[in-house]
Amino acid sequence: MGQVIQMTSNNRLFGILVPIISVLLGLLVGALIMLVSGHNPIEGYTALWNGAFYDAFTIGETIRRITPLILTGLAIAFAFRTGLFNIGAEGQVIVGWLAAVWVGIAIEAPMIIHLPLAIIAGALAGGIWGFIPGILKAKLGVHEVIVTIMMNYIALFVSNEIVRSVLTEHKTTTEKIASSASLGSEWLQSITFYSRLHYGILIALFAAAVMWFVINRTTVGYELKAVGFNRHASKYAGMNVSKNIVLSMVISGVFAGLAGVMEGLGTYGTVSVISGFTNLGFDGIAVALLGANNPLGVVLAAILFGVLKEGAGEMPSAGVPTELVDIIIAIIIFFVASSYIIRWTLTRFKKEGK
Amino acid sequence: MEYVIEMLNIRKEFPGIVANDNITVQLKKGEIHALLGENGAGKSTLMNVLFGLYQPEAGEIRVNGEKVKITNPNVANNLGIGMVHQHFMLVEPFTVTQNIILGSEPKGKFGSVNIKEAEKEIREISDRYGLKVDPSAKIRDISVGMQQRVEILKTLYRGAEVLIFDEPTAVLTPQEINELMDIMRSLVKEGKSIILITHKLKEIMEVCDRCTVIRKGKGIGTVVVKDTNPDELASLMVGREVNFKTDKKPAEPKEVVLHIEDLFVQDVRKIDLVKGLNLDVRAGEIVGIAGVDGNGQSELIEAITGLRKSRSGKIMLNDKNITNLSPRNVTKSGLGHIPQDRHKYGLVLDYPIGANMVLQTYYQKPFSKVSVLNYKEIYKKAKELIEEYDVRTPSEYTPARALSGGNQQKAIIGREIDRSPDLLIAAQPTRGLDVGAIEFIHKKLIEERDKGKAILLVSFELDEIMNVSDRIAVMFDGKIVANLTPTETNEQELGLLMAGSTINGAGDSNDIK
Repeated sequence: MGQVIQMTSNNRLFGILVPIISVLLGLLVGALIMLVSGHNPIEGYTALWNGAFYDAFTIGETIRRITPLILTGLAIAFAFRTGLFNIGAEGQVIVGWLAAVWVGIAIEAPMIIHLPLAIIAGALAGGIWGFIPGILKAKLGVHEVIVTIMMNYIALFVSNEIVRSVLTEHKTTTEKIASSASLGSEWLQSITFYSRLHYGILIALFAAAVMWFVINRTTVGYELKAVGFNRHASKYAGMNVSKNIVLSMVISGVFAGLAGVMEGLGTYGTVSVISGFTNLGFDGIAVALLGANNPLGVVLAAILFGVLKEGAGEMPSAGVPTELVDIIIAIIIFFVASSYIIRWTLTRFKKEGK
Repeated sequence: MEYVIEMLNIRKEFPGIVANDNITVQLKKGEIHALLGENGAGKSTLMNVLFGLYQPEAGEIRVNGEKVKITNPNVANNLGIGMVHQHFMLVEPFTVTQNIILGSEPKGKFGSVNIKEAEKEIREISDRYGLKVDPSAKIRDISVGMQQRVEILKTLYRGAEVLIFDEPTAVLTPQEINELMDIMRSLVKEGKSIILITHKLKEIMEVCDRCTVIRKGKGIGTVVVKDTNPDELASLMVGREVNFKTDKKPAEPKEVVLHIEDLFVQDVRKIDLVKGLNLDVRAGEIVGIAGVDGNGQSELIEAITGLRKSRSGKIMLNDKNITNLSPRNVTKSGLGHIPQDRHKYGLVLDYPIGANMVLQTYYQKPFSKVSVLNYKEIYKKAKELIEEYDVRTPSEYTPARALSGGNQQKAIIGREIDRSPDLLIAAQPTRGLDVGAIEFIHKKLIEERDKGKAILLVSFELDEIMNVSDRIAVMFDGKIVANLTPTETNEQELGLLMAGSTINGAGDSNDIK
């Protein structure tokens, strides 16, 4: 028993150490690859740094890139906490994006009504996209992974068709949303040399706080986590397991839908026909994993991923291909996923240190 | 004196705890040696050291007088040490023979397996020790007792001279226990030696030659069984006097609290497992359901508690029809449930033990208000229960997973009794617990009865049924086949009824009124 207790008290330490070590190992392996392929890793990483933090403009763009990643990370983390694997964040982002822009174009209203309405439309669309796999899982036992993957394709092609046939006449991009529905801010743009930074970052951070509160402080979170940990005990305790599964998927979908809102009402102001996925949803899986499904961890992980991805754009100036950043991200995820190895090594190290 | 196994001054540490502190066990050739201790006393650790799963920090192991180093279970096997695990490790769709030879298959020509040869050998071993196992039967078709014999055969087939039995009787009926005792006797007669891990004193008195007692990781000593008695063994094990015969006043049954009428319940395969069951439990009495596992007890409990839908019939709690209500509504109607599987149903192991104390009440005041949890109140309540029910935990914030089985169970019992339910269902409430914890739990159940609550006790332990119940209902094949009073029956009669035989006058009394 004493052994178990000690391990749990170590868990917090491990929980912080494992992602940090994974990140460092990822960067290290990235450096090795640069060396092997004949590039200078110091120059490469300097370019990466400059790409993300060179001046106010790049910092603004970096924050813009971080914003939806926080939300998709939260979406996946939230579902994870309930024992569900929401691979459908990608599709939820797309429908959220579409719905928000649609409302942004179609309605004329003062900002105080128009903007919240567009945001809610996007969140709701994401929620509905999460509800379908949730209800199928709860009532018929269909595995959510299968359904959410399929829902991604439905979202992609339906959205494309709506852009082509409903919102435009055979064009690939819609008109801009009304300024009354925009998250953009002249003030934010002026202090960042006209980057695309928008107020969405506040929504994302607020969403992280909401998730923390719901998961840790409410009866809803108590039930959701209980269902995630032990479905049988939850049923025994009188909780409605089906309801909690559906609710979890809906909330997860709302978060992902909001990520789409960020792109639709913040960054682009339009919605376009896309040939492939945005990858925001899939990156969210990595963000949630690195952030240990914890809201604060998700924010930190999203910052890291946002910086890497934004900075990557500058790497070709040092002769390093941008794909290298994807390799580094993949390696970081690999080490987080195989955290068992790091844990094992740390434990060994501690023992021998005695 | 010739010893086959000697474990001398064994010390095994885990971070923060000494699991085995200077324990010595010496096993004579041809004896049955009991290893007695409470849960968490260190019995399993010690046997895992012998079996090569752990390396001791100090002390030495000798086999036939020679010092050995057992680095893994294969070494133990080669030294002739075999283990009969509590949880069988058998492949259900395979035959007895296939299971036994798994991992050491006799090779025929061209890499084929010589099943015929193996079967012959297994039959010979089986006959020699009176195991009566059919080598060509499939595991899923034979009884639990037979499966255990297959485990025994497995060790013998691999040439074990020393057999370790890890709490072998936990899953057996009284008759099967008797047969197992006979098998153990014939094993030692043929020159094998046995270590029996147990906390059941009756078994030790009946079959063992000597007994080594372990308490809190320390070796207390070895006694010769015929020079001792159960009371002495119990106080050696627990470290204080233990009261076996549960003290209780005669029951004063009042109005009917639980009334079950013609109940049918199906399992997942849509097969009826409860078949027209009738049962009444009154306020102020403990009704014990005796029966062999798998005769519909689990399905009955699940139907009452709302975890499983019943096919037909009626369940009334306090004159309210609770048939097929949701678990929450059944709980609200006045039911407490100590579940049979405390890990699967009773606790959310990853939650702190404190959070587990409000598993059914978290949504009520004062534990939450407008859906926001009030942790101060939750942990205040938890602290009270932890103190009152003597749950040993470093704090109320410790994950439930980190507590020992007995303390987890005390926490569940505290939580269920604290809600003061009119009907308390206790399913196997003391399974796997040591005498100290058992005594405590029985006391609590009887206290509740004396407060006028109705208690339905389901147990596979006849001792428990005989000791605690005011009335015994024997369940066989989905029905109550007999109603007995503990003072007017005995284990022999109960055992026969549980196995499906009828006794004049008892067999057809299907209704308990």
